[in-house]
Amino acid sequence: MSAVLNVWRRLPPKAKVGTVLLGLFVLAAIIGPEVAPYDPSFQNPSPSLSMQAPSAAHLLGTTQSGQDVLSQLLVGIRLTLELALYVGVIAGFLSVVVGVTAAFLGGVWDEFLSLMTNVVLVIPQLPLLILLFGFLPQKGQLPTIVVLSATSWPWGARVIRAQSLTIRNRDFIAASRESGEKTWRIIASEMIPNEVSLIAANFVNTVLYAIGASVALAFIGLADLNSWSLGTMLYWAQSQQALQLGAWWWFLPPGIAVAIIGTSLVLLNTGIDELGNPRLRVSRTARRIEGHRVWGTDPTPVLAELAATRGRVGAFLHSFSRNSLLDETPAGGELR
Amino acid sequence: MPFILRRLAFYLVAAWVALTANFFLPRWMPGNAVQNIMSKFPNLQPSAYAALEAMLGVGHPGSLWHQYGSYINDVFHLNFGTDVTEYPASVSSLLAQSIPWTLVLVGTATVIAFFLGTALGILAGWRSGGSLDRVLPGLMFLQAIPYFFLALVLLELLAVKAHLFPLAQGYNAELVVPGWHWNFIASAIDHSILPAFTIVITSVAGWMLQMRNVMITTVGEDYVVAAQAKGLSSRRVIFTYAARNALLPQLQGFGLALGFVVSGAIVMEIVFSYPGVGLLLLNAVTSNDYPLTEAIFLVITFAVLLANFIVDLVIVFFDPRVRAREAAR
Repeated sequence: MSAVLNVWRRLPPKAKVGTVLLGLFVLAAIIGPEVAPYDPSFQNPSPSLSMQAPSAAHLLGTTQSGQDVLSQLLVGIRLTLELALYVGVIAGFLSVVVGVTAAFLGGVWDEFLSLMTNVVLVIPQLPLLILLFGFLPQKGQLPTIVVLSATSWPWGARVIRAQSLTIRNRDFIAASRESGEKTWRIIASEMIPNEVSLIAANFVNTVLYAIGASVALAFIGLADLNSWSLGTMLYWAQSQQALQLGAWWWFLPPGIAVAIIGTSLVLLNTGIDELGNPRLRVSRTARRIEGHRVWGTDPTPVLAELAATRGRVGAFLHSFSRNSLLDETPAGGELR
Repeated sequence: MPFILRRLAFYLVAAWVALTANFFLPRWMPGNAVQNIMSKFPNLQPSAYAALEAMLGVGHPGSLWHQYGSYINDVFHLNFGTDVTEYPASVSSLLAQSIPWTLVLVGTATVIAFFLGTALGILAGWRSGGSLDRVLPGLMFLQAIPYFFLALVLLELLAVKAHLFPLAQGYNAELVVPGWHWNFIASAIDHSILPAFTIVITSVAGWMLQMRNVMITTVGEDYVVAAQAKGLSSRRVIFTYAARNALLPQLQGFGLALGFVVSGAIVMEIVFSYPGVGLLLLNAVTSNDYPLTEAIFLVITFAVLLANFIVDLVIVFFDPRVRAREAAR
């Protein structure tokens, strides 16, 4: 307990705010459906309960068909966070597998996996998602998880590969290799523990992305519209013209909930960064675009021996990447 | 082989992957346009199936390789087939109607957001810890708000309540006839201000944060300190020494972020009922219009690849190191 308290005390204020905010929503996701005062789908036929402003009986008012907004919100938070959690875990796993494999095998394999990663990265995501959903026979939680996981791993794979490359050349890896450790053991117990903070940050980013993407997809109607998530709430509020009818209590809560969850994740991530790297505390915050980390200048020193490990085919494949632009040696001795 | 040619090869590979995925998806997934029409009209005889296939050109005669070959050939000749919902219009003609709207609006808004965000980022990075840094948590919140949500709230406040802007559509269809005359252009501009504004305010924060962070790293470099020590004016140090070098990662990020810009634009068009590619895509998906859906996906992907290629050209132009290395090879 005191250890937990100690960690808490050392957390930067940003991370504390993020943890508390996120904790509230996770709590709502866990107990929400049990404490929801009404069935979110129950349509109260009484006309006086249609589009009712917030009151003691309905803390966030009612929808046009007399459904309780607070109950919808409590149930919706669980579905949205659940989806994001699954996507974060699956896509995070894929990122680690691709990133670490690429870095550890090196040579042709590395360049081939990097090429694949870059190809998936450069294809615009939302049109791809819309295309995939257009052909899916059914829409719902599981297909969304599968599709979002399958399209969101490349960001993490890139970052984890870069980090694995620097770790791979450290002495302790060489030492365990000399002492005859098996490859999978080196990867599992020497490399991955050194990347935990990066994997955590990547997980948080993927969760953030999954929330945004799933809400946007549900909003344009590409979800199971009979279930309650933050996205489908917004879809129904919009399609039944909540704003035009002045029912702000119907439209604003799901949007603000998404915004607060998003902000808390960003704050948490910035906090994790600052905890792991004191230099960041003063001036730098994370560089992000739409929740994804965008790497600017790479502070990692250039390791010249990499050029030797990149074979002829590997160097050929590498020369097609944008990063080859910044190579100091023609064979490609740069890290990322 | 010069760098640019290699990048071109990379984009060709990416384009081929998109093309191939687009070819195989409808063949793997259940459901197609003909079945869709058949289920819409239950009194159609099963024998009409082949006739419908021939009419829409979606039948798959010949081997898979043969189909693949003719598919690639069709795409090269911009022949995307006949549209299912707006039969007998061709998919290409529908695309030709909506592409200019998206290109002008999204292109302009993105360029404005990029330059504005970069300029703000330069300022914030130069004076890190200053007053611009204090708005950072606000910017994070702005970025975390779902894009369409903000757009809808702005639409409600500025268009419905305040009547400052028109509600929806790309121009006023009741008053003006599309054409190259001032009335139409004025109406189109009037209808584009609010959508463009929402794109700018939601994406400017991303550019600003990135530029600020790179700028902070660059400002710490020795050559910047040396330039200051020489007594050069702040303006010269900021723009010719620090910002010029900090701009390169920003440009690289620009290429990767384009996919997100396009996604935002799609949702924007849906919110504003703007007659562009995004709205067309949504309508195509919701009405199971497969040929149109696939064609739009390809067009958007190719546009993003092309824009990335242009970014590469700009990077080569801006970075003397690259040019020197190319010359040395």
